[in-house]
Amino acid sequence: MAFISSGYNPDKPMENRITDIGPRKYDEFYPPVIKNNKGKWLYHEILEPGVLVHVSETGDEVYTVRVGGARLMSVTHIREICEIADKHCDGYLRFTTRNNIEFMVDSKEKVEPLKQDLTSRKFDGGSFKFPVGGTGAGVTNIVHTQGWIHCHTPATDASGPVKATMDVLFDDFQDMRLPAQLRVSLACCLNMCGAVHCSDIAILGYHRKPPMLDHEYLDKMCEIPLAIASCPTAAIKPSKVELADGTKVNSVSVNEPRCMFCGNCYTMCPAMPLADDVGDGIVIMAGGKVSNRITAPKFSKVVVAFLPNNAPLWPETTDCIKKIVEAYAEGARKYERVGEWAERIGWERFFEKCELEFTHHLIDDFRDPAYYTWRQTTQFKF
Amino acid sequence: MAKHETPLLDQLESGPWPSFVSDLKQEAEARAKNEKGIDYQIPVDVCDDLLGVLELSFKHGRTHWKHGGIVGVFGYGGGVIGRYCDQPQMFPGVAHFHTMRVNQPAGKFYTTEYLKQLCDLWDLRGSGLTNMHGSTGDIILLGTTTPQLEEIFFELTHNMNQDLGGSGSNLRTPSDCVGQARCEWSCYDTQALCHDLTVEYQDELHRPAFPYKFKFKFDGCPNCCVASIARADISFIGTWRDDIKIDQEAVAAYVGGEVPPNGGAHSGRDWGPFDIQKEVIGLCPTECMWLEGGKLMIDDRECTRCMHCISVMPRALRIGDDRGCSILVGAKAPILDGAQMGSLLVPFIKVEEPYDEIKEVIESIWDYWMEEGKNRERLGELMKRQGFQRLLEMTNIKAAPQHVQEPRHNPYIFWKEEEVEGGFGRDVDEFRKHHQR
Repeated sequence: MAFISSGYNPDKPMENRITDIGPRKYDEFYPPVIKNNKGKWLYHEILEPGVLVHVSETGDEVYTVRVGGARLMSVTHIREICEIADKHCDGYLRFTTRNNIEFMVDSKEKVEPLKQDLTSRKFDGGSFKFPVGGTGAGVTNIVHTQGWIHCHTPATDASGPVKATMDVLFDDFQDMRLPAQLRVSLACCLNMCGAVHCSDIAILGYHRKPPMLDHEYLDKMCEIPLAIASCPTAAIKPSKVELADGTKVNSVSVNEPRCMFCGNCYTMCPAMPLADDVGDGIVIMAGGKVSNRITAPKFSKVVVAFLPNNAPLWPETTDCIKKIVEAYAEGARKYERVGEWAERIGWERFFEKCELEFTHHLIDDFRDPAYYTWRQTTQFKF
Repeated sequence: MAKHETPLLDQLESGPWPSFVSDLKQEAEARAKNEKGIDYQIPVDVCDDLLGVLELSFKHGRTHWKHGGIVGVFGYGGGVIGRYCDQPQMFPGVAHFHTMRVNQPAGKFYTTEYLKQLCDLWDLRGSGLTNMHGSTGDIILLGTTTPQLEEIFFELTHNMNQDLGGSGSNLRTPSDCVGQARCEWSCYDTQALCHDLTVEYQDELHRPAFPYKFKFKFDGCPNCCVASIARADISFIGTWRDDIKIDQEAVAAYVGGEVPPNGGAHSGRDWGPFDIQKEVIGLCPTECMWLEGGKLMIDDRECTRCMHCISVMPRALRIGDDRGCSILVGAKAPILDGAQMGSLLVPFIKVEEPYDEIKEVIESIWDYWMEEGKNRERLGELMKRQGFQRLLEMTNIKAAPQHVQEPRHNPYIFWKEEEVEGGFGRDVDEFRKHHQR
């Protein structure tokens, strides 16, 4: 391998340097039908799962075919996406917030060939490359984080459990039988890069063992005051430790019963690792939403305190999610989101319908907001 | 022949959902074959070794990535995340595996020309693996080595007119919904505002000067497709002040069953004939709708713009014409002090170029947070610590009932001296003339 210079001169980094230019301007990338009708759209309709039409006051229509996919994507795969967009969509496409790809065409005749092309393509392993769906009262793509593929703090993988879950929910990706849309999200630790805390169903990686202390290296690798300050429950204190060889070193001690396993100390101090094969696993949360439709946005609630990291297929997690989805499909009224359904029937009934065990872990005991989640009425269901 | 055996990962190749394992393998193979004769600038077996280290994580139930080191491009404090493998001898191809965040265009529309250019760059100088997109919105280029960082930045800026996104304690890359580009409900041009503010605040985005991360997100309507209300320090959510526009003929078409309700979103099940009373009027949270002589009536003054009726009957009901946005502040994920939803700060503001009024709100919030925020304290946490009144004071916004769900439960009001007639200074001797000890 010979180093190929881009033109950058490391001896003169400021020479010809271009900075602070920001992103490319959005309208360079609008397909003509979007450019001509921006702000003029009248209404839309989902013609079938994964296919939408938007109708403009100019009489123009744009047909969108939405496909799911892994957000981890190779350039080979992106080039294939480009090949499809060149063939059917004049070289334009877009991505959605939930990592779906949208192929847009300007007339109805172009939809069927595009759809057929997309659904005919499969990976060597047998999975679809471009499954059409993810619209309306169904399940769409799971937004997620990096997990074991690229992150230093995860308590579970991301791409693996997402693939396993979407395989189990695949029929609902391509159907619209649910009472409302159902959003599943995954964050591989409670830093929640994926902001899963307002999802109908959230899969959350969680550690359950306090950090190990690499005393010999702690003071060398970390700023001890920062590690102490990072702890939200003030469980970390400075301490002097005598190593096996008799050397005394500055380190920290952890008041273990006060640890809520957030991993914030590890983020600040690499000599305090938390990860553990049996300690780590998955929390299931349910009933959140971000839309203001009918009821206000809601946080997801913890409904299962722990499921093991049973790689590669996470069967306990996918079983649990499937049970919640089926109970919701069966019990909720049209337009009702998971959280609205649970609130209408009562959370005691939610656990019964979803066949989930209620344990003490599910009662909030973290600071003031906890009180507002206890039951302050005689109204409850047996 | 694969470099590493991956029996666990292989089980994620079957099943209908697109397999990231199959995609990683296809990229590993493409690099090994190298049909285009590319002089790869990072190890050719990077994807093989990524599969290998991931298989090891599946076996161990633990990650094999270490903390990032300080890597980046000259003059920027963000946009590059350093990443090193904790088993570099076993997996030398991913020993250094840094991420670059590339600022996506607003709305995430692309031409294939642009994407192919990006693919060529990432083939040559990176792993060939990406995230389209990261959770915040950036294009994520996943995996390269330190010597390539400046080269990639040079090519991005010189050949693609493209900059990096944010990371660390700075303004994170703003992101928006599809907006007016392809949605009839968008109350302002989310792409225009997102792009304008991104360009205006390039310094804040590239050079960390904040107590912690800070996020802007732009939703065109209260349906909140980019989840701004749950995850942005400042969320800009489209809304309107006048009346919902009603097309009574289209209402009749919905009632008559000529048009599928909810834009056809419920077609997967037979829910019975559309019942406007039950499905629209009965579900209106403010009960401000009724039928009169077959016509749908709305008492718009009582409407809270929840979007339900408009979503159920998109052909009959349209957002009003006096449009703008509401500004909510302080949303964040749970770390550290628990999750927070955005709280309403500005009930209504016009969204018109050059957006001076909006920038005034943003900058007054930043001044306050940079002055008072502690290290790693998000705006929402500062608001909780010092109270909503303090935020109103610092942004010069007058308190209104719209700011609260309900008034306070306790009378422990921190009266200020200037609010109480005569102030706090009193003469105890004068008091004692009338009140014995």
